[in-house]
Amino acid sequence: MSDPERAQHGAGFQGTPGGSVSGGVDLLDPGVEAGPLGLSETLTIAPGGNTMRRDAWRRFRKNKLAMVGLVVIILLVIAAVFAPLIARYDPYQLSSDLRKPPSGEHWFGTDTVGRDLFARMVYGARVSLTVGIFAALIATVIGVIFGALAGFYGGFLDAVIMRITDILLAFPYIVLAIAIITVIGPGQATVILVLGLLGWLAIARVLRSSFLQIKQMEYVEAARAVGASNRRIMFKHMLPNAIQPVIVYSTLFVGSAVLSEAALSFLGIGINEPTPAWGLMVNQGRKFLTTAPHLLIIPGSAIFVMVLAFLFVGDGLRDALDPKLK
Amino acid sequence: MGGFVLRRVLVTIPVVFCALSLLFLLFFLVPGDPVDTLAGGGGQRAVSQSVRNNIEEKYGLNKPVANQFVGYWGRTLTGDLGTSYKTNTSVNDTVKRTLVASARLAFWAICIEVLIGISAGVLSAVKRYSFMDGLTTISTAAISALPVFVLGYLLQLVFGVYGGQHDWPQWARLPVQGIGPDTWTLGVIPTGDQWRYLILPAFTLASVSTALVARLTRGTMLEVVRADYMRTARAKGLLERHVVLRHGLRNAMIPVITYIGIDFATLMGSAIVTETVFNWPGMGSRLAEAISAQDVPVVLGITLVIVVLYVTANLLVDLSYGWFDPRIRTSVREGR
Repeated sequence: MSDPERAQHGAGFQGTPGGSVSGGVDLLDPGVEAGPLGLSETLTIAPGGNTMRRDAWRRFRKNKLAMVGLVVIILLVIAAVFAPLIARYDPYQLSSDLRKPPSGEHWFGTDTVGRDLFARMVYGARVSLTVGIFAALIATVIGVIFGALAGFYGGFLDAVIMRITDILLAFPYIVLAIAIITVIGPGQATVILVLGLLGWLAIARVLRSSFLQIKQMEYVEAARAVGASNRRIMFKHMLPNAIQPVIVYSTLFVGSAVLSEAALSFLGIGINEPTPAWGLMVNQGRKFLTTAPHLLIIPGSAIFVMVLAFLFVGDGLRDALDPKLK
Repeated sequence: MGGFVLRRVLVTIPVVFCALSLLFLLFFLVPGDPVDTLAGGGGQRAVSQSVRNNIEEKYGLNKPVANQFVGYWGRTLTGDLGTSYKTNTSVNDTVKRTLVASARLAFWAICIEVLIGISAGVLSAVKRYSFMDGLTTISTAAISALPVFVLGYLLQLVFGVYGGQHDWPQWARLPVQGIGPDTWTLGVIPTGDQWRYLILPAFTLASVSTALVARLTRGTMLEVVRADYMRTARAKGLLERHVVLRHGLRNAMIPVITYIGIDFATLMGSAIVTETVFNWPGMGSRLAEAISAQDVPVVLGITLVIVVLYVTANLLVDLSYGWFDPRIRTSVREGR
């Protein structure tokens, strides 16, 4: 069980093309095409070092869906940061106007205990983005460190790290997340931690397989010959040439984490009331499907839009960073 | 091939062992005393010492962790999953009952996934950039981003609520809760009114996987369409249908079929949410219930079954790779 595709799958993204970050190629033909694009670029040396990034940005800009996704994400970030300025009501303020439909007074109506839904949606963007971004950061940092160590040193260390991932991948992702949260108790910090700690598996595997190949390259040998330390070789020389798929995966993982958080909150073991989390809001609205469908539709659409935006950006990044994959 | 199978099976056993041990130990850290749960007080009422002793004696909770751990494995290996803390019934019975309901739902979900996913993928690859292709691309992306429970409730909203309010014909109004009459022919074919209860949860459960299969099929088909043997087949004057289905699809299917095996994880994850949304009495909804009730034996039992099923599916997929591609066998032998 050492194929990145499965690993990515195990990371539980509800349905992103996560599996194609490094393609299923590795499965059938280990060690030929799974490598990152950096291989042929060799080590980029200043002053031309930025052209690659500039090229990628140019390609990214041409991708309409990706640009739409980026704009949506920027808008959501603005909403999250300036939530107190945008919302006209306190998201925690109860009132006797229960489950009112959208109106001029309450743009998105009111929820089951009379709180302004628009305010809760805006503050909810904060919760979702925080969970998504921090979970992705944790997953990426751990994944990069473990993947780099496993790929670079090989041997015993590699075996241990890979067996850990094997064991964790023996669980369907969400089942393990649920089990751990049952033990340490729900809450925003718990959700971030659990999603991050379970999400690194795929990143580690992708990076490890890249490192296994890059290790043989001449520039690594050259760096070693001039006396560079192992840490320097790993993170200054090898990582920049293996990081692209990781960047793509991490972007997609933000969307994945938002979805997982919503599912956990929906099941009642994610984020606790009264924090305005979108998944939780769907859960509260479901009992009033007949009388107040907006309680379900509005938070549901918000999750959808946010995840879709990260998906588009992730896809766009992949195409921009590696035109060969297109 | 025999050696490959054996080696692959032997690697799986310690993984399952460690995974389940991890889970067992994890639940030892559950905050809150299981005795409180068992006595039914929910931790609010004080449990008298004699009651506590009786309960601890009965469930073996007074023994050290190590002894309980050994006991747990002893029972598990003899096929005894223990007794529920909450309902005092055998977990084996719970698993048997819920597994059947889950398996029926999953069976139909996989059928939908294969049928719709593969045909959408093939159509959009063959007629690239057509309307159909655009529709497939957009809907697969949309389904990937839509939470399963939101999709479930939207379907309930349309077929349950909206249909009722707008006088839809009787056949188009679907029940949205429960398993219904629970009548099946040959184990899986819904009989009588059963299909009305099955259709919404089955589509909900299948949604994510269908999108993934469509995407994957499209990708592999696009590669295959360009292959030389396709051009040769056309040059021979074969019907386009035969070229696409016999020469193209057959080759494009290898990764897709193996993917459907791996897909088990997505299906299990979706099943927990889908079964909860539709009140389907399967393993997923039972697991969610047991978790919120902190019913450790039930959680452990169901998770064990899920892990074993999942690992077995993965094993079969790996073995089929070895079957398809001899190079994999070699690389495993060399301890890749």
